[in-house]
Amino acid sequence: MSQLVLERLRARFGEKILQTSSFRGDDEAIVAPADWLEVATFLRDDPECAMNHFIDLTAVDYPEREPETPRFDLVLFVRSLVKKHRIRLKTRVREDQGVATLSQVWSGGDWTEREVYDMFGIKFDGHPDLRRILMYEEFKGYPLRKDYPINKTQPLVEYRDVGPSKLAPFGGDMGNPFGRIDWLQRLGGANRQVSPAIAVQQGQKKTLSSGTEEKN
Amino acid sequence: MGEVTAVLGGGQSGFATSKFDALLGWARKYSLFQYPFVTACCGMEHMATAGARYDIERFGAGAPRFSPRQSDLLWVVGTITQKQAPALKRIYEQMTDPKYVIAFGTCASCGGFYDNYTTVPGIDKVIPVDVFIPGCPPRPEAVLDALILLQEKIQNGDRDPVVSAPRPVSPLVQIGLKPTDNT
Repeated sequence: MSQLVLERLRARFGEKILQTSSFRGDDEAIVAPADWLEVATFLRDDPECAMNHFIDLTAVDYPEREPETPRFDLVLFVRSLVKKHRIRLKTRVREDQGVATLSQVWSGGDWTEREVYDMFGIKFDGHPDLRRILMYEEFKGYPLRKDYPINKTQPLVEYRDVGPSKLAPFGGDMGNPFGRIDWLQRLGGANRQVSPAIAVQQGQKKTLSSGTEEKN
Repeated sequence: MGEVTAVLGGGQSGFATSKFDALLGWARKYSLFQYPFVTACCGMEHMATAGARYDIERFGAGAPRFSPRQSDLLWVVGTITQKQAPALKRIYEQMTDPKYVIAFGTCASCGGFYDNYTTVPGIDKVIPVDVFIPGCPPRPEAVLDALILLQEKIQNGDRDPVVSAPRPVSPLVQIGLKPTDNT
């Protein structure tokens, strides 16, 4: 769909586009952090690309690939409402490395960059107001990093002494109608299926016809 | 008014005697002013309970007050995050005595399926709770059951936390069953 955008990027930036890939209509280009702002501005301003819709900016943490490759993938999704194409732009940043803010290119970048900063601790140079947006200011660390301890909580209010945490005062299925349904008993001899996959496994008759069965 | 210990004759205008605590409990349990602290999807069931079909007002708990200073029953309806916990604690502290708390649904009771850095694992870690309502979400009948249970507790002066046991689910309510099924 947006091979055109990749060709425009390669024609304009050449070696600065480190890598491109296309898979089932999703096209992706990877650039260096230093070229992040320039490429994004080009995507917006070039009349052939005309990326006027900022969809999302997020990050992915791959701590295992350090030190050869920086640990974070910064992922930008933009789209053109005029040209009806979209592209995914990535850059790879280290933990202590800043990247230029896109909030001056698309104003939607402002809060999404704050979210990425809040969750991953990636600094955005030139951001007008780089503070936490979801977590509270007292929160230490960045929760979506893979090295954030999975059980670590940082309560703002000291807990009352009411025994072990995370134990319900009632049974696990109490109050849940779904938990009390005996599916095996329900399916025994019943001419009804839960899902097409289970129906195939258990040799049940399909509830919905796919139109290709032989008529009895 | 089962708390009346004796009814004495006195002509047309008879009088009854009772213990003062019982009378006070009776007055309190039918004049609950609620503060709905609604944060998540359980709020839909809370609204259904307040609506005409289930009509929580029949039980003397009809008037929501949106100032904690005018309310004595705190409904915590939904997931409480660590960021919200100070607000919840402050709301509780601002309420007038005697004050009661209902943890509405699994998230408010124990955090539900949120077991992570951002969710309080049950509001009893922050404020004392009188009644827990299990369910994800609880049906309005379960909410009414819990309210009646709380009223019994108020009448008896009992402040220990209890769980409102859910009713057996009618076959018509269960998923996938048709009214003709006999299971």
